[in-house]
Amino acid sequence: MGDKILEFVDITRSFFGVKALEKINLQLKEGEIFGLIGENGAGKSTLMNILGGILPQDEGCMLLDTQEYKPGGPSDASAAGIEFIHQELNLFMNLTVAENIYIHNFPTMQGTPIIRKREIIKRAKDLLESLGMEIQPTALLETLAPGERQMVEIAKALSMDARIYIFDEPTTSLTAKETTGLFNILKRLRNEGKTIIYISHILGDVEDLADSVAVLRDGKVMGSGPIQDFSIDKMISLMVGGSFKQIFPEKKSIPQKEKLLEIQELSQSGTVKDINFSLHKGEILGVFGLMGAGRTEMARMVFGVDPYSDGEVYIEGEKLPKSNPMASIEKGLAFVTEDRREEGLLMDVPIVDNLGMVALPDFCRNYTKIVNGKQLNEEAEHVSERLHLKATNLDVMPAKSLSGGNQQKVVIGKWLLKTPRVLIMDEPTRGIDVGAKYEVFNIINDLADKGAGILMISSEVEELIGVCDRIVVMSRGEIMDVFEKEKFTQEAIMRSAFRQGMIATATEGDEDEIK
Amino acid sequence: MKSNRVLRMVLDNTTFVIFVLLFIVFGLLAPRFFSVKNFENIISSASYIGILAVGVTFVLLTGGIDISLGSNMYLSAVVFGLLLNNAELPFVISLIGCLATGLLVGSINAFIVTKLKVVPFITTLVTMTVAFGFGILLTKSTAVNFPDSITLMSTHKVLGFIPLHIFIFVCVVLVASVYLGYTKPGRQLYAVGNNEESAKKAGIKTVPLIAHAYMISGVCAALGGFVSITQIGRVNANFGEGIEFQAIAAAILGGASLFGGIGTVFPGTVLGTIMVQMIQAGLIFIDVDIYLQPIVQALIIFGAVLIDSFRITQLKKLERRHIMKV
Repeated sequence: MGDKILEFVDITRSFFGVKALEKINLQLKEGEIFGLIGENGAGKSTLMNILGGILPQDEGCMLLDTQEYKPGGPSDASAAGIEFIHQELNLFMNLTVAENIYIHNFPTMQGTPIIRKREIIKRAKDLLESLGMEIQPTALLETLAPGERQMVEIAKALSMDARIYIFDEPTTSLTAKETTGLFNILKRLRNEGKTIIYISHILGDVEDLADSVAVLRDGKVMGSGPIQDFSIDKMISLMVGGSFKQIFPEKKSIPQKEKLLEIQELSQSGTVKDINFSLHKGEILGVFGLMGAGRTEMARMVFGVDPYSDGEVYIEGEKLPKSNPMASIEKGLAFVTEDRREEGLLMDVPIVDNLGMVALPDFCRNYTKIVNGKQLNEEAEHVSERLHLKATNLDVMPAKSLSGGNQQKVVIGKWLLKTPRVLIMDEPTRGIDVGAKYEVFNIINDLADKGAGILMISSEVEELIGVCDRIVVMSRGEIMDVFEKEKFTQEAIMRSAFRQGMIATATEGDEDEIK
Repeated sequence: MKSNRVLRMVLDNTTFVIFVLLFIVFGLLAPRFFSVKNFENIISSASYIGILAVGVTFVLLTGGIDISLGSNMYLSAVVFGLLLNNAELPFVISLIGCLATGLLVGSINAFIVTKLKVVPFITTLVTMTVAFGFGILLTKSTAVNFPDSITLMSTHKVLGFIPLHIFIFVCVVLVASVYLGYTKPGRQLYAVGNNEESAKKAGIKTVPLIAHAYMISGVCAALGGFVSITQIGRVNANFGEGIEFQAIAAAILGGASLFGGIGTVFPGTVLGTIMVQMIQAGLIFIDVDIYLQPIVQALIIFGAVLIDSFRITQLKKLERRHIMKV
């Protein structure tokens, strides 16, 4: 390992008054693989976006070769020899592999705009071969498997010949074989003196691969140093911390025996596999998993937005038809979607109309089907009081005038007008402040007390532990474990989501998948 | 998996499949359809619409649309006639004036779409009306007649055997195909049409790229107008009327997508253009009532768009997110 190449000094960054990063101090050496780990929202992405020139820091500075490094945008980062391989792909499905790799800088014949096709094909072929990838440079990108596309994105970054590469969760769409190939590439790059920042949720990979590691939690460095000093156990305990920061309202009722929702053998090729669980009356059932675990996909199938190939969904013993959200709503199912802006609300439309969106047919007069505005307004006022919605003039103010927390209450409110039996909530507390979270939990508890069943998807273990009666853990489209309330511990749940230990429920065929 | 592959092959080659089907259907219904003379006619009348369709293919690749084609063609033809007849300018200068008018209308479209950020449909709807208005204003809606020297050009055979209009069409197709398939701006146009955001992130200058597509479309409209003039020798107020829809239908039948990023000039748009002409000729051969033909033509356009959206949803389905490691 060589000299110091990059140093973060007191990097601080806030978003709307919330500190996303607080006095981050880290040092990276030339020719090392530097593992960066932490829970969702710990600040890894923010830190890397600052390094990649996508965001500026509020305070502190970065030193590249002891010189101050101040990128004004992604192109400055590129010029300084820093390449960021993002988790989401920046590729063009209608172009070939070779064209995708050289799209930003096609070599052309002198004096003409004509691309040296043979040259880019040859160069791409050499590059891909040197990476051990069996991908035809002339293949259209849309014909490649997701993992192969990811490899093309990586090849594109490597074609830039940078000094520091940032890999953000590069293995999420790779097969076991592709992952091994990638690791060999990373090791080779390290031996060539390149520095690699490797962000991953798979701690086993970090342990095998990295030379040094840093653990972030709540925007602070919880520990950093040579990988030898960090066992997986230590990494997990640093990541999750020991204390509860949040307070949760107490749930009065306990789940009853009656099954409200039952899911049997739900499968869809490539997305989820053999999902089995049931939700009882008065129960709050948490669904935990890392990003891309298939939780949202599963919820969408149950509600009927997406199709599934096998399995059945029952509501109170009655089979629910596939891909039919209308029928789901009629049977008393509600779905609070993950993305308020895109899926949950009509941002420019008055609050009242947002609240009335689902239940609108109930407010229509007989025969004429004209909406009874007065009745709707009254009911909306009623719900808004029940939810402690901080809003005036429900019939005039658009949804976008509300704060994030109050917007979320409107999303929940539109289902309450329909008195649902089963509520599926996808990340109901994302992007809302602590006070609003508390109120959302209160609403959920209240619904459960009244006999509804709640399926709550969340990426925050703490809140699931604080609110739920049981927690289902998903990983790569499968259920890993189901935890009963008395067995709730952050470590056990995280381990399960990371496929570290507690793998007794996994099937044999998956063994090679578990690292 | 296997049925997916078959479905995919059909979806990727819808143009060719429909072409062959129509060919066989018309042939069976009217055996006279299979005559050399008929095919010559089809190719001849395909040439000027083909030039317009090639131009609009560029715009479609960006995910935009240009419905000002027909009016632009009319205005450019009027300018050509006035320069030639009234100003008595030489042929070459007049032709340059004609093409420059097309470029101007295309540039206005480009400016409004890329700089003023007005959606392409509305933009070109406005320029369609304005360009037509200028044409009427310049001619007081009288017809412009062209001298025999122009109409005689249509009998001219390049290299002794290729009719001029077909020669021009072939040249346009050749240049456009090389441009789209093998040059830097050409390939980047596909990237922009696939995903404008990603293209920006990849360092592609999207504004000039989208702008030049509209300009090319404008020039092609004027050139198509010129080719049509050599064949009919007269420009009246309904010259070019509704041509934009034939051109767009041809491009889409040829596999270009209204959503951008998909489409080729050859074989795609060329095949689509010939198909549109083949349908028109075929309807005559099988004695469809002349008053029914506009309706049938509209149905062709509808069919083309329907196939396009069906194809897109099917392709999306085949690409649905796979998170599990298979």
